[in-house]
Amino acid sequence: MGDQPENGQKVGDNRPSLKLHVPEPKFRPGDTVDYSHLAVTKPGEQPRPDEACAPVETNPLTVDLVRVLGDDDKAHGPWDPRLSPDQLRAILSDMALVRAFDERMYRGQRQGKTSFYMKCTGEEATSVAAAHALASDDMVFPSYRQQGILIARGYPLTEMINQIYSNRADKLKGRQLPIMYSSREHSFFSISGNLATQLPQATGFAMASAIKGDSQIAATWVGEGSTAEGDFHSALTFAAVYNAPVIFNVINNQWAISSFSGFAGAERTTFAARAVGYGIAGLRVDGNDVLAVYAAQRWAAERARTNNGPTLIEYFTYRAEGHSTSDDPSAYRSAQEREEWPLGDPINRLKKHLIALGEWDEARHEALDAECVDRVKKATKEAEKNGILGHGLHHPFRTMFEDVYEELPWHLKEQAEQAVHEREVKFPGGLPK
Amino acid sequence: MSADLKTETAEAGERRFNMIEAINDALDIMLERDSDTIIMGEDVGYFGGVFRATAGLQEKYGKTRVFDTPISECGIIGVAVGMGAYGLRPIPEIQFADYIYPGLDQLISEAARLRYRSAGEYIAPMTVRSPFGGGIFGGQTHSQSPEAIFSHVAGLKTVIPSTPYDAKGLLISAIEDNDPVIFFEPKRIYNGTFDGYYDKPVQPWKKHKDSVVPEGYYKIPLGKARIVTEGEAMTVLAYGTMVHVAEAVCREKGVDAEVIDLRSIVPVDIETIEASVRKTGRCMIVHEATRTTGFGAELSALVQERCFYHLEAPIERVTGFDTPYPHSLEWAYFPGPVRIGEAIDRLLKE
Repeated sequence: MGDQPENGQKVGDNRPSLKLHVPEPKFRPGDTVDYSHLAVTKPGEQPRPDEACAPVETNPLTVDLVRVLGDDDKAHGPWDPRLSPDQLRAILSDMALVRAFDERMYRGQRQGKTSFYMKCTGEEATSVAAAHALASDDMVFPSYRQQGILIARGYPLTEMINQIYSNRADKLKGRQLPIMYSSREHSFFSISGNLATQLPQATGFAMASAIKGDSQIAATWVGEGSTAEGDFHSALTFAAVYNAPVIFNVINNQWAISSFSGFAGAERTTFAARAVGYGIAGLRVDGNDVLAVYAAQRWAAERARTNNGPTLIEYFTYRAEGHSTSDDPSAYRSAQEREEWPLGDPINRLKKHLIALGEWDEARHEALDAECVDRVKKATKEAEKNGILGHGLHHPFRTMFEDVYEELPWHLKEQAEQAVHEREVKFPGGLPK
Repeated sequence: MSADLKTETAEAGERRFNMIEAINDALDIMLERDSDTIIMGEDVGYFGGVFRATAGLQEKYGKTRVFDTPISECGIIGVAVGMGAYGLRPIPEIQFADYIYPGLDQLISEAARLRYRSAGEYIAPMTVRSPFGGGIFGGQTHSQSPEAIFSHVAGLKTVIPSTPYDAKGLLISAIEDNDPVIFFEPKRIYNGTFDGYYDKPVQPWKKHKDSVVPEGYYKIPLGKARIVTEGEAMTVLAYGTMVHVAEAVCREKGVDAEVIDLRSIVPVDIETIEASVRKTGRCMIVHEATRTTGFGAELSALVQERCFYHLEAPIERVTGFDTPYPHSLEWAYFPGPVRIGEAIDRLLKE
């Protein structure tokens, strides 16, 4: 055998020693940021295949970057969705509202009104513009940073805040972590804390719709870090096998808490390129370019709607804030990362585009921001009447036993009685409820 | 179902089924009654399942109602959750219970809690069918009894039939139930009963009274146990294959035992258990799953908490050993007549 040394050494002693590669992000706190390795493509230069094309035709686009808005603030190329100024202003308005909402809720958490919050600063386009590109009843299976979809679909802010405060008006009865909304009325699926579980579920929903000959498609959102979960691969396999009318939106915001995208495999290929091996269409898109996001989502929706199958879209973006209110990004990444992010801020880019079109100005934008702050403030005050977390105005505690099963089984009846008894011992006066 | 799989009728007008045929019949009826029910799983379509539970159903109901899936239990269960959210009533098959683990997160974290976390906005009304238990020389990866895992999860129901008659009625109830149900089918007795002696073949269902299966739709409620034999000397709590083994051993030993088939472990029929143990004063629990933290531990605790002052002897647990299922020594692992017989002797000695 060729691997056996002749001098009596162990088998393998004459082979090179192996080394484990552990990914490391390019910059850490204090480092100077240099984004020259990012291939920021020229807007308008990416081809736009027909929605009914074979998946393989999209392969070049999985390593490219679809962009529409240029540094000249104008729209370029075949991916320009040619939205009217009214449509652009509607998207801008929703994004501004999301940002105002995030600001206020972040402060609310710091003031102790709730336990937890997650901002989507810098990523607003990936949910708001995508939601505008879908039909209002297309079923969405979001992750935890898609508050923009609810806002775009007109879900009342007060309901969102009731949920975040887990108060007595929270229609999820105070059971879910703040920001884990659910609204069947708005075709918005209940959010899970277990990552990527929504991907097979969205696929199943889309398959069910196809089984019944319905016209409703499904779209789902997942962070780039969560693409490492087995559910991601199960979902893509099922979607490909059954040609399910589903859209997989991968939000590559570069960071999964403190783990950079390299720990999900980003050093080797793009996330959009994951589509290639499954034989489904894939697009890699500038996630901070509202027009590109809208166009890509619209393309995928049209493809799903016409039975041409699933699409995986990677939105290349940047998580400008911490992962959540329990996170301190300055402990693991350079402060300059956000400042120098080469794809800019999605709201600012859209604002400048509208101004360049002569359809917007700074004064109107200031007025919009002020109006958003006011709307959120009013909604917050309204929600606070129903209580904030931990101040007693929560759902009656018997609701703890509801909805585990459709009907209360004997053991839960016994436990509910114990809970009632404990309340009577603890609060002989009968309060709180 | 195709005619060649039907058991010959013993008497005119009487349909005698194997358990697997009864399951096929239940699925057939539910597919017929409700166009929102669909069956999916590995090999369930054209081939009709490795145990033939879905034989003939794709042919009858078409490829969008009964279809094969990729080999991905996480995908099968996850997709079923989404289908439930849409409004379908999926009946996923997991080919062997041993394979269910890659789908556990979707079952435990998603299906089980969807109603709760969405305050009833979304439900996951699925029935996950899966053959479980040993007895076919399936080695460590085709013989497990993982029911205790599911019994620990709030929001799931776990149902285990032991006869063709029950299998049909319980499966129909499970499919109609609006909560996710795990339906474990004891594969050792798919085609006959089993008295625990590995050197003897299973006894064909043909002569068993519970192999008479009525035509058409009927339901057996979930959470209601079946008293197999009434007796005064001791209570035997069992489910699945072990119902037949325990009953045979009691009969052979001439013990006047009250054998109770739990039929479902969540919810468990506490009323029937309590009344019986209070009457007999002795309790033996038999299951095939490993002993430590098995469902027998829960049953033992329930009996102790509720019937302690009626007990004449310590509760006996007869179970599989705390090892993986050994292929060549399956007969030695299985809680058979010797293990059960000795437990009976200990119980009656006190």
